[in-house]
Amino acid sequence: MGSKLLSFWVGVMVLGFYSGSAVSSKYNLPEPQTIIAQQIYDQHIWALWICLVIFIAVFGVMGYSIVKHRKSAGYKAANFHHSTTVEIIWTAIPCIILIFMAWPATKTVIAMKDTTESDITVKVTGYQWMWGYDYLQGEGEGIKFYSQLATSQSEIHNETPKGENYLLEVNNRLVVPVGKKIRIILTANDVLHAWWVPALGVKQDAIPGFIRDTWFTADNVGVFRGQCAELCGKEHGFMPIVVEVVEEQQYAQWVADQLKTAATDANAAIINAAAK
Amino acid sequence: MKLDEPRINVKMLRKLLVFSVMMFGFGYAMVPLYEKFCEVTGIYELQQPDVLDKNAKVDETRIINIQLDANVRGLPWSFRPLQSAIQVHPGKSAEVIYEISNQSDKTQAGQAIPSYSPRNLERYLKKFECFCFTQQELEGGETRQMAVRFVIDPELPKDVHTATLSYTFFSLMKD
Amino acid sequence: MAVVQDVHGHVHGHPTGIMRWIGATNHKDIGTMYLCFSLTMLFIGGFLIMGVRAELFMPGMQIFEPEVFNSFTTLHGLIMVFGAIMPAFVGFANWQVPMMIGAPDMAFARMNNWSFWLLPVAASLLIGSFFVPGGAAAGGWTFYPPLSTQGGLGVDMMIFAIHILGASSIMGAINIITTILNMRAPGMTLMKMPMFVWTWLITAYLLVLVMPVLAGTVTMLLTDRHFGTSFFNAAGGGDPVLFQHVFWFFGHPEVYIMILPSFGIVSEVIPTFARKPLFGYSSMVYATASIAILSCIVWAHHMFSVGMPAAGQLFFMYATMLIAVPTGVKVFNWTATMWRGSMTFETPMLFAIGFILLFVIGGFSGVVCALVPVDIQVQDTYYVIAHFHYVLVSGSLFSLFAGAYYWLPKWSGRMYDETLGKWHFWLSMVFFNLTFFVQHFLGLAGMPRRIPDYALQFADFNMISSIGAFGFGLAQLLFVYIVIKCLRSGEKAPDMPWDGAKTLEWTHLPTPAPYHSFETPPVVKF
Ligand SMILES: [Cu+2]
Repeated sequence: MGSKLLSFWVGVMVLGFYSGSAVSSKYNLPEPQTIIAQQIYDQHIWALWICLVIFIAVFGVMGYSIVKHRKSAGYKAANFHHSTTVEIIWTAIPCIILIFMAWPATKTVIAMKDTTESDITVKVTGYQWMWGYDYLQGEGEGIKFYSQLATSQSEIHNETPKGENYLLEVNNRLVVPVGKKIRIILTANDVLHAWWVPALGVKQDAIPGFIRDTWFTADNVGVFRGQCAELCGKEHGFMPIVVEVVEEQQYAQWVADQLKTAATDANAAIINAAAK
Repeated sequence: MKLDEPRINVKMLRKLLVFSVMMFGFGYAMVPLYEKFCEVTGIYELQQPDVLDKNAKVDETRIINIQLDANVRGLPWSFRPLQSAIQVHPGKSAEVIYEISNQSDKTQAGQAIPSYSPRNLERYLKKFECFCFTQQELEGGETRQMAVRFVIDPELPKDVHTATLSYTFFSLMKD
Repeated sequence: MAVVQDVHGHVHGHPTGIMRWIGATNHKDIGTMYLCFSLTMLFIGGFLIMGVRAELFMPGMQIFEPEVFNSFTTLHGLIMVFGAIMPAFVGFANWQVPMMIGAPDMAFARMNNWSFWLLPVAASLLIGSFFVPGGAAAGGWTFYPPLSTQGGLGVDMMIFAIHILGASSIMGAINIITTILNMRAPGMTLMKMPMFVWTWLITAYLLVLVMPVLAGTVTMLLTDRHFGTSFFNAAGGGDPVLFQHVFWFFGHPEVYIMILPSFGIVSEVIPTFARKPLFGYSSMVYATASIAILSCIVWAHHMFSVGMPAAGQLFFMYATMLIAVPTGVKVFNWTATMWRGSMTFETPMLFAIGFILLFVIGGFSGVVCALVPVDIQVQDTYYVIAHFHYVLVSGSLFSLFAGAYYWLPKWSGRMYDETLGKWHFWLSMVFFNLTFFVQHFLGLAGMPRRIPDYALQFADFNMISSIGAFGFGLAQLLFVYIVIKCLRSGEKAPDMPWDGAKTLEWTHLPTPAPYHSFETPPVVKF
């Protein structure tokens, strides 16, 4: 291997690792905030590396062939048309590579399904076109509210400048404590919706008449945003999700405030919804 | 330009047409197949009473946290469980109460559809009594409390500690 | 047919003018009509997506109401899949299958005519639905209920159109199967058939397998909408998720229906321009068959976010990943065909190489999507849009262009303009990647598909993508110009314009192919 080729490879590796670690880049998944999101992030990078290596190998050969084996370069065609050994080898190698991709994915799939022993359970209901949150069990039990797009129509219709979180802000955020396992139960009121918060590694369809579950445990405090990910009619693009992860004390404070005004809030919301 | 298709072609045409018709039927067969599949995995026999297995042993070592949930679609009813959750030992029968109340002044009928999470709970949660076995009719302003009596099969996989039992009431009126 | 002894080929008179086309039973005429129809549909579907990309050029709502936007994306998908890509391949099959196996025509000439003429009817229903009260269907080309039970007359017109298109495809597929199995020239054994014929045989079987299931699905949707059944309605004891299972039982094989004939075309073009036989012919056949079989057991990978049990997700993940193996075999075989060939790079070859390069990228993103955890993030995002346009545009469409340039001299007797052809390729290549490569980033960063407006962090990539899309759309007008120029004033094509071509239509027929060919079966020697 020539030194030029070597330095090329080193360059590719450095670039790759750089892109792998530049986590909050807009070229990649958002910075993971849960263990599942972290695993997804790593498996995606792992899969990209494998693909990159195969890509370079296959198109390296093809590229060489395109440059060298052309008629204009005076190359005379060979006449071979099969080789059982080679064909068996290039059937077997992809199988082995696939096992290396499937193995970590399998473990994550099983972990994703483990919604049991949660600290707090929240029911999420998809409506055309907003989300409803009910704290079913755990600290905050009994809190319920609706969460609607907070971006103004004038921003959407380009009459006023668009704010920082254009289309990604809601009137009532889902508030959860950091480090606690949150079990999410999903259903829908009318059509299919999907509750998706990329940084938490959670996406689950909400199906009218049925419940589904998923979970997350946020590692850091912060505000994490997502959107409805299943076409649900005309305002599908306008029903964002905002999850605010706070310290435990702050959460306790929030719960106390909510419960104080819960009765009136919930009533108002129900009347609002009924009026629509 | 009338072309006489040789007989072997016509024979093949017939076979392929029959096959297409069969595949059309297969689309429909997927409905019962899907239900059959769900039945085998215990998912669909949700609206009929289960038979109590008298020999089932109570597993005192485990406590399952069953969360209760209620939803209403297309009815001016309020519908809620009177307790948010119940802790039960597998094998021991338990009772929970749901309350429905018709907030309009017209008589209306609804049917409750149960749903479970995790999904394999459907195989292990046996109900003897449930308001979802029949449709419910409420007069205007009427409130009714209804019981669900069930037992968790001790065979429930060891890794399940929390589960949710959910009902959705649908209107029986066609609009 | 085999008994007709008509050595001269021009004995039957055939009607001219419009009647030639309405009553057409000649496979070449019908093939031409299919190709013209699909090219028209390509531009109608393309027009719709230009509107969509214009709306997405900048954040904020500029052009459409959200519901109209949704109907544009929905009809773009339906028209491109059922109106542009599928009929184009049937057009190729009509032209090429009889010539490549040494048959005089398709097995059922009259049925061939019906299956074509159903298409314009269905297309008018789809396009006409824009003008009825309530507008066209807006629930996505996958029309999941309960959303699709909410729509108006437009949805019913779509359902009816799908019924008609399904009937057309089934008739076409039956015709192709019968032709290939019963009408090959003596000596043309199955394992000597050109790859294009093989891939179409397998595709046609997939069509009769799954198109009736689609018909069943839309019928269930129709009765749910109007006749009180509850297949997909939880209130009546049904399940909306069941629709997705039945739909994707059709939908996934459908994806391969649109790509297997591409594999066939590329497997004809590459050996010709490498002047070297196709490497691993029999493993190509087995790979095609195993892709077709696997395609029937992977459907639920479109549904990883509906909340299947872990066992189901894992099964569909493994099965899906397995498809990468036979697909890889094909790519390796094409590479080995090029290896130590004596290559020239005319337009068909360029499109074929572009196909392999970009299809492999689409295949890689397919494997990434197959991994359930990663799919949970990218499902229903622009990542998936990028993925399937890499396989459907730079896959199916590029291969169609490769095939069109390759066989145009045979069909018309004239050569296309090579320089313009190369321009068409390079413009398509650049603008395609400009449009779709950035969509991978959009999807990863969190932009859902099917939204008319988006958050500000997606703005720059969307603008790039829109510019690319406009460029790609315009570049396709060049194709129309090239074809017209070729038909009107192209240089006369020699009998054998490509010195590496080995299939019957090149070796045994003059150029242009006569109106009636192989009325006496050729003697096939290999
Ligand atoms: Cu939604």
